[in-house]
Amino acid sequence: MKIPENLMYAKTDEWVKVEGNVATIGVSDYAQQQLSDIVFVEVNASAGDEVKKDAVFGTLESVKAAADVILPISGKVIEVNEDLSNTPEVVNSDPYGAAWLIKLEMSSPAELSGLLDAKAYTKFCEERSH
Amino acid sequence: MFTPHTEMETEEMLKKIGVKSLSELFTDIPEKYRFPKLNLPAGVTEMEAKAELQEYAHANESVNEMVCFLGAGAYHHYIPSAVDAIISRGEFATAYTPYQPEVSQGTLQAIFEFQSLIANLTGMEVSNASHYDGATATAEAGVMAYHHFRGTRTRMLLAESVHPHYRDTLCTYLCGYEDVETKTVSHEGRPFTTPDDMAALVDKNTALVVVQYPDFFGRIFDFTQLAQKVHEQGALLAVVANPTALGLLKTPGEMGADIVVGEGQPLGIPLSYGGPYLGFFATKKDLVRKIAGRLVGETIDGQGRRGYVLTLTAREQHIRREKATSNICTNQSLMALAATVYLSLVGKTGFRQVAGLCYHKAHYAASEIGKLKGFSVLHSEPFFHEFVVKCPRPVDEINSELLDQGILGGYDLGIDFPSLKNHMLVAVTEMITKEEIDGFVDALSEVQHD
Amino acid sequence: MTEPTIYELSSIGRVGVLFPEPDVPLAEFPRDLLREDLPLPELAEVDVARHFTNLSTKNYSIDKGFYPLGSCTMKYNPKINEEMARLPGFAMTHPLQPADTVQGNLALMYQMQEFLKEISGFAGMSLEPSAGAQGEFTGVSIIRAYHQSRGDIKRKKILIPDSAHGTNPATSSMNGFEVVGVPSDARGNVDLEQLRKVCDDTVAGLMLTNPNTLGLFDENVVEVIKIVHQAGGLVYGDGANLNALLGIVRPGDLGFDIMHINLHKTFSTPHGGGGPGSGPVGVTRALVDFLPTPVVAITEPATEELPPLYGFVRPAHSIGRVKAFWGQFGMIVRAFTYIRMHGPDGLRKVSEYAVLNANYLMHILKDTYTLPYDRTCMHEFVIQGSWADAPGVRALDIAKRLMDYDFHPPTNYFPLIVHEALMIEPTETESKQTLDSFVDAMLKIAQEAHTNPELLHDAPHNTPVGRLDEVKAAKDLVLCCWIPESEDKLL
Repeated sequence: MKIPENLMYAKTDEWVKVEGNVATIGVSDYAQQQLSDIVFVEVNASAGDEVKKDAVFGTLESVKAAADVILPISGKVIEVNEDLSNTPEVVNSDPYGAAWLIKLEMSSPAELSGLLDAKAYTKFCEERSH
Repeated sequence: MFTPHTEMETEEMLKKIGVKSLSELFTDIPEKYRFPKLNLPAGVTEMEAKAELQEYAHANESVNEMVCFLGAGAYHHYIPSAVDAIISRGEFATAYTPYQPEVSQGTLQAIFEFQSLIANLTGMEVSNASHYDGATATAEAGVMAYHHFRGTRTRMLLAESVHPHYRDTLCTYLCGYEDVETKTVSHEGRPFTTPDDMAALVDKNTALVVVQYPDFFGRIFDFTQLAQKVHEQGALLAVVANPTALGLLKTPGEMGADIVVGEGQPLGIPLSYGGPYLGFFATKKDLVRKIAGRLVGETIDGQGRRGYVLTLTAREQHIRREKATSNICTNQSLMALAATVYLSLVGKTGFRQVAGLCYHKAHYAASEIGKLKGFSVLHSEPFFHEFVVKCPRPVDEINSELLDQGILGGYDLGIDFPSLKNHMLVAVTEMITKEEIDGFVDALSEVQHD
Repeated sequence: MTEPTIYELSSIGRVGVLFPEPDVPLAEFPRDLLREDLPLPELAEVDVARHFTNLSTKNYSIDKGFYPLGSCTMKYNPKINEEMARLPGFAMTHPLQPADTVQGNLALMYQMQEFLKEISGFAGMSLEPSAGAQGEFTGVSIIRAYHQSRGDIKRKKILIPDSAHGTNPATSSMNGFEVVGVPSDARGNVDLEQLRKVCDDTVAGLMLTNPNTLGLFDENVVEVIKIVHQAGGLVYGDGANLNALLGIVRPGDLGFDIMHINLHKTFSTPHGGGGPGSGPVGVTRALVDFLPTPVVAITEPATEELPPLYGFVRPAHSIGRVKAFWGQFGMIVRAFTYIRMHGPDGLRKVSEYAVLNANYLMHILKDTYTLPYDRTCMHEFVIQGSWADAPGVRALDIAKRLMDYDFHPPTNYFPLIVHEALMIEPTETESKQTLDSFVDAMLKIAQEAHTNPELLHDAPHNTPVGRLDEVKAAKDLVLCCWIPESEDKLL
């Protein structure tokens, strides 16, 4: 299981990549493994929307499970990854790259302090596997 | 009877479990309430049960003994013999819901074919595996529209010319959404709603517009312009369609409907006093994930052989639980099979014939009744196989006299519409001969002299 | 062999069933309202008969063999029921006929309401709901309407035990309620302490399946109901498992306020490959006015010469309609026939033997399969389909392998609180011989799991198709075999 060092993680299994004031958000390798083959990705937000931390902004579906994706931080939507609706399997194959879900201009960067670093998230995943 | 255990087997089984008697298995039940004496008539043999049930059945008058001009959402059509022969097969009738596709390919392929037939008949891209009946399919259209807009649009416009039972059911289903407003749209205070009446009220808060085709009163409208106006406001259009009429008429899909629902009973399902019937639900592929209920999809097995499975199940209650938008577990599978067999048997040629016969016979009946003094056929709009007749006397009185002559008269519209006292809704299908129509007209002409 | 679809079998110009030529003058069609093409298949009757007969042979069914499907009550469906529902006096009556022409139907429905009330211990009964899920919807709508009628609008929560069917939380959400979970205790009962903690004046009700989905009768059920009632809530009984209780105990006597009954489970109407079902709802006296409209009542009492006259009435505070017309009448006729043939003694025997069969299987299988709750079960029980010393074998593999032994698999992965669950409900209509041969298969499979796990992973081997690619089905979404006009409309 890959948990890149340069990202931050939410306990609901989303990752956040911070570049300046822009945050890119996706779901972790752990999450995609739990769901198995993803067949459907839906993001319920569009560029320009003001969105709040903890809101459900998307859904991932596999054959046997469905999971909500929850916003780890608040901000204004810059871009949504439209490609995923046609290639949902990318969430399984490249969760930290091509399968990013949404990009935000952060409105309260202080919220980042509530997220886990790679080490803490690794430990969190291991605990759940037992 | 239906418990095959012999006394000796029962003893052996109790011994294996380690109890002395059957009643020892029930000690978890509070003693105070255990083994109540049920006040029911004693059980009877199959022979006696049959005689008793026949007695109940004989206390009814059936459409086999009467000429039936009654429709209003349930229609007396011819059912080819092969339909019941096939759906009576235990392999179909006594199978469970097809959760285990390897041993359910019969049911699954039949549903897949049903979905195909309904999509083709309605002119839509996808159909689900069916709903309980036309009323609940209509209600599900309301629920789907609500979720499609994630609750941001809260208005549902229902034409008053949609079947009253369907409107009631939709309202019951949407009661749980406290912000939803269901508005019934009439025409100048009467229930003869037109597409323009609907179009005038669509706004940015409207989620769904529901119309019927032909409507409850039998009238046919082209909804193409209404669909455009609904879409201009970003709302969805649901059309409740009679499948028999679609053998002849332009499809709701062609007019631009987003959802087409209806009652599949005319497709090879007996009247059976109102059920079990068959709700159908077709829509556009963009909305497929919002459909409540079951869907069957084509796929392959490990050896590349074609097969069918229930698909998109992650939306359903057993996975999403409180986040599911519907609690549906089943479709109306055996009834969907009946419709599939029916449409396969009558096919392109036979189905056109049925629709044509209904149309011609209904128009003959309307024109003959229109000639009678005291009676008038309402509406100048085109109609399919049902029409409204204004009568000189209360409909229940007329119907009771018709019954004496072996005629089951039309529906008394005063029951649901206080403004339509003395109005009868007459339905004519392929089952009725010219002679019987003439007899009906004669009987009506005698009625008015009383 | 792959069976072609009806569209693949179609030949242009072939005709199945024909209708007579019109005997009336032809009317003019409304030209601008006609459809251009009617894309239906063209087949002869023999094509249709063979096609569907071939399809039928690909199904497993109760008429073919044993279905130990937990929570589904797949009992044998007596053939007499089918014949009775098809009597022309029933099947050929129109739902809107004047009441005096359908007194047989109405009398039967009235009697059926009375029978179900007596069996379940409730004061009122509606036959209208189309299936169990719709019965649940009806019941929870009644809970909401009841509280609203008292102006008690702060009750926004429905409590649901963690062992519940997914329909319970889904139904609550459909009715606008917030779902609050209640855990089970170590014996599989509702955890009373936890229940007390969440019971307050915001609770509208509790949805309780008893026996629960572990097949266990909640030993504290009376106390559970009391706790909810004391908080002002109502208790909904999910009647999915009524087959364990006929003549054994009446849910109404235990204090339940509302319950749905599945005629297609307990009262032997066929499942039809997924419907039609029928889900009547019973309620206590305090709730009869909220039942869906209409119910059947005696509208004119009997006189010395005449029988009573039956008709439909609308309950005073009805939640409204839940379907068109009056319920799945054909299913009601079948279930009525079943109840008449059994009578009170026969019905008690049904439940006694359903429970006997389940305990018999449980006692034999528990030596080989882990039994998480080792108590006397009711009509079903849950075991685990995995072993520490057979890694890689899962409940799913056991389920699929059973098909090779000509058995339908048990329900698997439910209830969610048991790891690798296999839920087994034999019903009363299976003989000791059938149960013994099922046991043989289960024991052989347990052996194979340890000696030849691949055999299980690749199972089933003897079915018309093998395990199907569900990911492909969900991604490609081919939902129709043929759509006219162009290829690109194919999904």
